[in-house]
Amino acid sequence: MTIEDWLKAACEDAERRGLPELKPLLEGLARSLAGLREADRLIDRGYGKS
Amino acid sequence: MSLTLSIEEVAARVRSRAISPVELVHGCLDRIESRLELNAFITVMADSAVSAAEAAEREIAAGHYRGPLHGIPISVKDLVDVAGTPTTSGSAVAPRLPAEDAPIVARLRDAGAIIIGKTNLHEFAFGTTSEESAFGPVHHPKDPSRSPGGSSGGAAVALIEGMCFGSVGTDTGGSIRIPSAVCGTVGLKPTYAELPCDGIVPLSTTLDHVGPMARSVADVALMFEAMSGQSHPLRVVGQERQYIFGVPEPYFCDRLHPEVRLALDRTRHALVAAGHEVRRVVIEHAARTADVYLHIVLPEASWYHAPMLSSDPDRYSPGVRVRLEMGRYVLAEDYVRAMHLRNVLRLAVNEAMQNCDVLLLPAQPIPAPELGATTVEVDGSREPVRAAMLRLTQLFNITGHPAIALPAGTTNDGWPVGIQLVGQSGTTSQLVQVAATVERYSTGGDGSVGGGTG
Repeated sequence: MTIEDWLKAACEDAERRGLPELKPLLEGLARSLAGLREADRLIDRGYGKS
Repeated sequence: MSLTLSIEEVAARVRSRAISPVELVHGCLDRIESRLELNAFITVMADSAVSAAEAAEREIAAGHYRGPLHGIPISVKDLVDVAGTPTTSGSAVAPRLPAEDAPIVARLRDAGAIIIGKTNLHEFAFGTTSEESAFGPVHHPKDPSRSPGGSSGGAAVALIEGMCFGSVGTDTGGSIRIPSAVCGTVGLKPTYAELPCDGIVPLSTTLDHVGPMARSVADVALMFEAMSGQSHPLRVVGQERQYIFGVPEPYFCDRLHPEVRLALDRTRHALVAAGHEVRRVVIEHAARTADVYLHIVLPEASWYHAPMLSSDPDRYSPGVRVRLEMGRYVLAEDYVRAMHLRNVLRLAVNEAMQNCDVLLLPAQPIPAPELGATTVEVDGSREPVRAAMLRLTQLFNITGHPAIALPAGTTNDGWPVGIQLVGQSGTTSQLVQVAATVERYSTGGDGSVGGGTG
């Protein structure tokens, strides 16, 4: 799932559940998720398993 | 009678019967009563503490002295079970009503400690300021408009106000070390899983730690040994050997309040002057710490709280509730990514420590923040208070390395500043020994660098 798709689905679900105040936090989490996935892509996966 | 003596000092007087445990308990209860407006305690266990003190007095008089914690009033963060008292977690959500003590509380009682009460905290330990609590915000004694840090804020306030001689705290991203730094006390997060977290309300089961808080390194050592169930107390002496300290400058020293940077530099120079070596080290990938932390702590916290979020959502503080709700949206694959990167970070810390005994870094980038502030200025730029306060501590919850915060003087305005030492995994006792040495240089002993000299 792309970050864009994830954020769209999460915000829609939060809205449906009556939690619109979650939206800015989810947007912040999306930025953090981008950093996490970028690190996962760049760092040698074998390094963590040695 | 001074209620701000160290445990070491007061224990000698209890043993010689110069001070009675009953006097100590009454003294602490008076201090609690005199500063109720700080909201340091949620439950004060006056009757049971007096009864326990009377029993301790009888035992000691009969020649059955158990050790340095015998008859000493200790407080327990209200996230930890104490038999017969509610565990509120600082929340309006229905409390736990434990019939048994958490193992670390039972061990402290076995060592003779007297539980004086349960301290206030950031609700469910999910915050760094101790202001979101159903029992009111914890206030910094120096200025009630400031936060004492958190989440174990009540514990640190109780210590500096002489309401107890030691405290039990918990630390998932820095919750022992943050209030210790902000209040000028000592707080130890041991190696992960070294002390049992049974009987403690979880925040994040793979990040949670429990540990001691006190007014000196020696006192923290005494408590740690009792909480570990060790029967032969370690004598913390601050050994004379020369240590090698590694300062992880990139990331950890990038954005600091100028007086925090100054305190670190003073400690560094004092250690070098005393014959120790201080070298720069690098922790690879440290800049990813917050991303990894968030993707572990959020879903793990949501797991525990899911039933109450469904049944009693309005009982949570709004800020805590939305953070818990956020965790429900983290994808499983991203949690696994974070757990993989966690291992990368663990190895990176090990690598950085390969040629040094301990890491030396600030415990907090800022002094006590204003209660209610959402952002704070750090070295010329603004950032969220929560992110700033977690920035220097959370990595070692991710990696499980032991870490201790200790005072490093004050700012020109008198606000405490703390430094942090990090040890090799599984070497908590050795870390405490090093801390005893550093304490002499950072807090006003020989070669003092503390004392608010700016």
